[in-house]
Amino acid sequence: MTARNVHVHYGPKQAIDGVSIDIEQDKVVAFIGPSGCGKSTFLRTLNRMNDTVASARVKGDIRLDGQDIYAPEMDVVQLRARVGMVFQKPNPFPKSIYENVAYGPRIHGLAAGKADLDHVVERSLTRAGLWNEVKDRLSDSGTALSGGQQQRLCIARAIAVDPEVILMDEPCSALDPIATAKIEELIHELRGRYAIAIVTHNMQQAARVSQKTAFFHLGTLVEYGATSDIFTNPRQDRTKDYITGRYG
Amino acid sequence: MNEHTVKAFDTDIGQLRGLISEMGGLTEDAIAKAMQALQRSDLQLAAEVRANDRRIDALEAEVESLAVRIIALRAPLAIDLREVVAAMKIASVVERIADYAKNIAKRVPLIESEHRIEPVSILPAMGRMAAEMVRHALDAFAARDAEEAARVWHSDPPLDDFYDSIFRTLVTFMVENPTTISQVAHLLFIAKNLERIGDHATNVAEMVYFAATGEHLADRERGGGERD
Repeated sequence: MTARNVHVHYGPKQAIDGVSIDIEQDKVVAFIGPSGCGKSTFLRTLNRMNDTVASARVKGDIRLDGQDIYAPEMDVVQLRARVGMVFQKPNPFPKSIYENVAYGPRIHGLAAGKADLDHVVERSLTRAGLWNEVKDRLSDSGTALSGGQQQRLCIARAIAVDPEVILMDEPCSALDPIATAKIEELIHELRGRYAIAIVTHNMQQAARVSQKTAFFHLGTLVEYGATSDIFTNPRQDRTKDYITGRYG
Repeated sequence: MNEHTVKAFDTDIGQLRGLISEMGGLTEDAIAKAMQALQRSDLQLAAEVRANDRRIDALEAEVESLAVRIIALRAPLAIDLREVVAAMKIASVVERIADYAKNIAKRVPLIESEHRIEPVSILPAMGRMAAEMVRHALDAFAARDAEEAARVWHSDPPLDDFYDSIFRTLVTFMVENPTTISQVAHLLFIAKNLERIGDHATNVAEMVYFAATGEHLADRERGGGERD
């Protein structure tokens, strides 16, 4: 996935100023930066989540497999299946665990019949590391699970439609350390199968899960490089100050 | 450099740097006193150098536990991380340097004899040169000065040359004065110790350079290296 010279305005206010970045297939990219730096806004441009914000205007070129995702002929529902998203707060549908995962493949016509759908649900829950915990209670409500399990359910829901890219917006900030570790382990396992972009305020988490890190500040991309370089030897003064806790 | 938002972090780093400075000061002092003891055959001063080494060992242990605590509690990154790791490594190298000074002091009583051995007079100049390297390397750490570190690095080859020339002088002296061999052999070891001190000061300089810049000094300028 590639973004070139992306600008985002909310009404008169500029939130993103000329960001260009490549998100590679087999890598996890972490977006870090202080609150209001535009990292979440930018993440949301990647599957046109900002379309839902009336005042938001997006300029620039964002392509998925060479296809302009803001082109008029782009089917946004289809796009969001290819570029899935996981949010800060787990948001399972108020339906059964099974239905949470089966919903996407069903509406996108990805499963032929019940047996096939069962298979997709099992595979998705397995990949999300949740299958063993829920296989005996698939008809229980998704909202009855613990926070960490709900978040993994949301990841299972995103991967059920076989996306190419998964966007995660602070997926662990509402979770305890054990649940967080499970999500991080999951991110590690999903890498290679999906391109993953994760927004996080937790620098140690960015360091742990990503191969590349992008530092945003005041709507611009200040520095983008290998995570090991960003955290041991950043080039830009603003990055240095931020990651060493000297910012502002 | 800007302060950390969490002020206690700056306090910790400051304390760590303070311990290194203290170790450095005591070590420079140990080298100077060991050489003085040698020059004046001052056994009491030599004993003092040996006794003071315990304080340096204790400081090294203090640096290590403080560094581990900072890593555990503050999760330092980038320059902070490089600095904490460098401090830990520098402490162990400085402790080694102090051991060499102690070793020199230990040899002072063994060189004692009724008539003074003439080559003793050429060693203090080498001692001053080695001590200067240590001082500059630690000054570079205190000032986070990569260029000063690079200068220390470049001052090692002259010390090595000095060692080579002293080595030849001492060997010649032994050939001419076989009765002094057992004493002059100690002088050879002392010269070797001073040469090693210079090598260790060079290592400190490399760590300082890496902590300050994130680059390896050896990558910047290939050449030099340890001698045997």
